[in-house]
Amino acid sequence: MKTYTYTEKKDTRSGFGAGLAELGRTNPNVVALCADLIGSLKMDKFIEENPERFFQVGIAEANMMGLAAGLTIGGKIPFTGTFANFSTGRVYDQIRQSIAYSGKNVKICASHAGLTLGEDGATHQILEDIGLMKMLPGMTVINTCDFNQTKAATIAIAEHQGPVYLRFGRPAVPVFTPSDQKFEIGKAIKLTEGKDVTIVATGHLVWEALEASKVLFERGISAEVINIHTIKPIDEKAILESVSKTRCIVTAEEHNIIGGLGESVARVLGTHNPAPQEFIGTNDVFGESGTPAQLMEKYGLNSISIVAKVESVLKRK
Amino acid sequence: MPSTQHLNDLTIQVRRDILRMVHKVNSGHPGGSLGCTEFLVALYNVIMSKKAGFNMDGIGEDLFFLSNGHISPAFYSVLARSGYFPIEELNTFRLIDSRLQGHPTTHEGLPGVRIASGSLGQGMSVALGAAQAKKLNKDYHLVYSLHGDGELQEGQNWEAIMYASAKKVDNIIATVDLNGQQIDGSTESVLPMGSLKQKFEAFGWIVVEIEEGNNIVSILNGMSEAKSKTGQGKPVCVLLKTVMGNGVDFMMHTHAWHGKAPNDEQLAIGLAQNSETLGDY
Repeated sequence: MKTYTYTEKKDTRSGFGAGLAELGRTNPNVVALCADLIGSLKMDKFIEENPERFFQVGIAEANMMGLAAGLTIGGKIPFTGTFANFSTGRVYDQIRQSIAYSGKNVKICASHAGLTLGEDGATHQILEDIGLMKMLPGMTVINTCDFNQTKAATIAIAEHQGPVYLRFGRPAVPVFTPSDQKFEIGKAIKLTEGKDVTIVATGHLVWEALEASKVLFERGISAEVINIHTIKPIDEKAILESVSKTRCIVTAEEHNIIGGLGESVARVLGTHNPAPQEFIGTNDVFGESGTPAQLMEKYGLNSISIVAKVESVLKRK
Repeated sequence: MPSTQHLNDLTIQVRRDILRMVHKVNSGHPGGSLGCTEFLVALYNVIMSKKAGFNMDGIGEDLFFLSNGHISPAFYSVLARSGYFPIEELNTFRLIDSRLQGHPTTHEGLPGVRIASGSLGQGMSVALGAAQAKKLNKDYHLVYSLHGDGELQEGQNWEAIMYASAKKVDNIIATVDLNGQQIDGSTESVLPMGSLKQKFEAFGWIVVEIEEGNNIVSILNGMSEAKSKTGQGKPVCVLLKTVMGNGVDFMMHTHAWHGKAPNDEQLAIGLAQNSETLGDY
């Protein structure tokens, strides 16, 4: 079995900051907006190097989304930065009308997604954002797994014409994807070959899925782990090919199981090739305060939970 | 520049378009549309500097954003009669498979429309973004926008109003249609807003008032004054005092025709008060 290791842990939001800084040097049309969270979004470098292309909006996310839509008229490629909660739920109608329905080329970049925001608690831990964004016609939805992938995705979405929701997080997590790996929107990455079960994971759960696959290997279970960074459009081919071999699947995400990756996968399977599925995700609840690790354990979003779900799904084959 | 006579003729023709459009589909918003007819006619025929054809980016020309999208009948009529699309297409207003949706959208590719509007309160932010893009592009043309007075009850406007002066966006002229009416009644009865002039000024805007917002000459003078105040480090607001339903006597001075279409008899009366000038679509 192919195994993955890492030499350092970094936060995915820093990958966004690094990608944005690179775009600042390479694409003169890229502009950035922030609603009073420059430090949290790691936008400092872009701002330092391109002050005229940065717009500090203040604590006014609705205005920020409208400004971004307007900036596209004249050829700019706006990247908005704030927490996932304030990037989606707070401004849903602004995104819906001024960006998605209007077909504007805005990149909505959302940090501190999910439970791993930690101690600030449920007011800030949005677990519904993937669902909100994937329901909007024409919206591309991406949830990256580590520093390198987040940096690559940030650079890639500037080349994509149309609105994008890019979701990443706060805590330092293992950096295990190659720094030179090209990011292809909508193209899932098979991390391990397996024959007994497919594990499709997104965001912070990708590393947990790899950890789970090691434990499963020791128990004689061969897991195929797929990193599905793009939730919409979803890579149907990759899912169906894998499941046609393994005949069962576990999906894993730091999001409500209602409206998230798992439901998108279930739709693909239900339409083309039904197979037993188990879901890793929060189950229709709000989060709470705690350390990221405590929260991921309490809500069943770690490698131990993935192993348990795999054992369940195998019994249903 | 077109003669005042021509502009007045055009205004009457647009009024006929509005009445006929909403009557045909028994839906739409004639009141606010009629109240803003003179303004939109003046804007598209005299005030704005426009290039031929339509390009979304609008570089090298003035731009307009309609925030109160429900007055789409007036907007569509003026766009069609300014050459953005065939006037016959006004026949398709609110019908299935039409580019003339109930509220304006870019989604169907209708030339002249740069943003969807209808859900209120979003247009000022968009106009400001477009104005800042013009500055980045060193494009010294202006951005115009139109907002309802009731629409200012939406909080996003005040985020945008605060932002505009803080960032010295001085290439925008945002016009507020002060007709004093909204769906549930007068703005005074629904949610009194006090002095909008004082509010905009307190937020750092230059305010120009147009007392006769249904008089073409007053509009041209007022907008000319507003233009002269751009480029001075402050955003410019025009408070345009209009009469909802202007030009159709039974629709005037009431909120009743905000979102209601005339029946056959009412249409006939309205059209009789606005005799055909430049030809119906």
